[in-house]
Amino acid sequence: MSSATLTGTPPPPPPATPAAARRTTPRRRRGRLTPYLLLLPGLLWLLVFFALPVIYQASTSVQTGSLEAGYEVTWRFATYTEALADYWPHFLRSVVYAGTATVLCLLLGYPLAYLIAFRAGRWRNLIMILVIAPFFTSFLIRTLAWKTILADGGVVVETLNTLHVLDVTAGLGLTDGERLLATPLAVVCGLTYNFLPFMILPLYTSLERIDPRLHEAAADLYARPATVFRRVTLPLSMPGVVAGTLLTFIPAGGDYVNADLLGSTDTRMIGNVIQVQFLRVLDYPTAAALSFILMAVILVVVSVHIRRSGTEDLV
Amino acid sequence: MEQYEPDRPSPAPSQARPSPARRAALTRRSLLRASAGGVLAAGGVGALSACGIPPAGNAGGAVAADDHSAKEKTVSFSNWTEYMDVDEGETRHPTLEEFTRQTGVRVKYSEDINDNNEFFAKIKPQLAAGQDTGRDLICVTDWLAARMIRLGWAQKLDPANLPTAYANLSAQFRSPDWDPGRAYSYPWTGISTVIAYNRKALDGVEVRSVSDLLDNPKLKGRVGMLTEMRDTMGMTLLDMGKDPGDFTDDDYDAATARLQKAVDKGQIRRFTGNDYTADLTSGDFAACLAWAGDVVQLKADSPEIDFVVPDSGYLTSTDNLLVPAGARHKTNAERLIDHYYQPAMAARLAAYINYVCPVDGVKEALAEIDPDAAENPLILPDRAMAEKSRAFRSLSDKEETAYEAKFAKLTGA
Repeated sequence: MSSATLTGTPPPPPPATPAAARRTTPRRRRGRLTPYLLLLPGLLWLLVFFALPVIYQASTSVQTGSLEAGYEVTWRFATYTEALADYWPHFLRSVVYAGTATVLCLLLGYPLAYLIAFRAGRWRNLIMILVIAPFFTSFLIRTLAWKTILADGGVVVETLNTLHVLDVTAGLGLTDGERLLATPLAVVCGLTYNFLPFMILPLYTSLERIDPRLHEAAADLYARPATVFRRVTLPLSMPGVVAGTLLTFIPAGGDYVNADLLGSTDTRMIGNVIQVQFLRVLDYPTAAALSFILMAVILVVVSVHIRRSGTEDLV
Repeated sequence: MEQYEPDRPSPAPSQARPSPARRAALTRRSLLRASAGGVLAAGGVGALSACGIPPAGNAGGAVAADDHSAKEKTVSFSNWTEYMDVDEGETRHPTLEEFTRQTGVRVKYSEDINDNNEFFAKIKPQLAAGQDTGRDLICVTDWLAARMIRLGWAQKLDPANLPTAYANLSAQFRSPDWDPGRAYSYPWTGISTVIAYNRKALDGVEVRSVSDLLDNPKLKGRVGMLTEMRDTMGMTLLDMGKDPGDFTDDDYDAATARLQKAVDKGQIRRFTGNDYTADLTSGDFAACLAWAGDVVQLKADSPEIDFVVPDSGYLTSTDNLLVPAGARHKTNAERLIDHYYQPAMAARLAAYINYVCPVDGVKEALAEIDPDAAENPLILPDRAMAEKSRAFRSLSDKEETAYEAKFAKLTGA
């Protein structure tokens, strides 16, 4: 019917009467509004659960005052510099721990995702379930379970001590004495464990999309398996690598549960500081400023990462 | 297969020569740009300064709300988890049912308090806005009770409704400096902070004081302290011969420095909340600061756990019942407080939760239920025990922030 007005076919003779013109315009307007209407729920969600909290926290970070006297916006940006001066070691630690955990996740996750995508055959579904299964229990319970597994008198620590592994890691400053818990190594391992599925799933989806015939074609052209991987598989799986590293690094950078349960006083991350400032010290401006600095740090790290890996698919 | 889609944007031809309609259409990038701009605009100067948080609290003191107790025979009570006796099926609370039987008032009991700070953050917006929190009676630790009274967020109690409570409250708890004469609050339990140890993990090392925890090199990396600032700092102050009920900023700094030294040499493994019980049972903590009520329960489960009360004294805090501002059923809440000050009820509660009982005259009733508990100084303190008990003094808003900030540094964050 009116599709004639929208497609490139020659337009019908101009409407003779105003009534006819009225009949076509509303449809045209509705057509233009549809994408916006479809976006509305998402935009509302973003507004209520993202934009408003961000504005509220931005405002909090430039306020001064106390619980009893109330807080007022005084545009005190010194809160930011002070927070950074006091807590830069925690930021650094967060980036290093989250970065290490992300690399470990990639090293562990890539072979597994590759296996599931190309080699698992009829076991594929079972392995996928095993990857997702840990999500059926709470994050906290899983982390607490590691405390039992890695306890000082436990089998794991005793074995590692018999093999003198912990002497080596202690020499590297990763552990402390003859224990594994309450050390940086335990925190990084906890982060790696907890965020591993977030690495595997996007890697798997992008590996699974690769046409196996490309591998055959590469082999037909005399590429060795290593070359096939380097020149074909890896480049084609880059979107998965980038998505996986983002999904791992971003939450790991803000995590505080692992550092709290598996760490000690010298392994506290920026998430711990923010939690303590918000809930215990009740210094809301500093806590809000720290949250914004964390957001900025993560944005910078992530955008450098995306530039480097040159994946446009995600942005 | 082509489907008839009248509103479908046109294909190729109009792309080559964009029509006005096409140009206005949405692309992902334009949307991102637009929404980023929108957020920035909305988050601009105006919106930011419009925020601000009004002063918390009511300068004039407690607000009396309309009391609907007579018409609505109900009271809503928020408490900590595992802080109430249960029957064998673990589904019902006998002492609460007894209250309903005696008074006809139904109790809506919720175990929704897990952490003072989190709970405060949860109810703060409603209290600050002068609204009813939906809770008629809450149970919070003394420093938070003090803060709520200071902010005018607790209702003054009517002594006429609390005859039993007034008569039976133990002398030790009668007049804390933050609520003289108990005008706003009544203690639910007393919490003693002592030193607990795992005999197997200690392996012959003797622990008698906080100094042993902080200094003995054999305990390096196996000592636990509490994230509750008052407990850890109070016990350290006592160990240094200071009174946590009356100390100066310098005393506080000296205690912080002493703890910092222990942290720096790796003596302290972790600062923990309630989860120290797991570390102590597993032996990861050889010794730690601990709450006596937990120790009684841990001891019953594992024989290698025991406790020691330092000669320098120990810290007692309390969990207190308050009627928050705006509560609809104040009288019912007061009657519920009074109910738990009957020795028979207090004994049943103490036998189950094992914390210090703040009610006098409970011994016989408790001996009938559990003779061991009646003799346990951690539940019913004898005179020697009561004399060693100290309370942490109340802090002003400013002091609290400053002390918590210093303590947070100590714990690594």
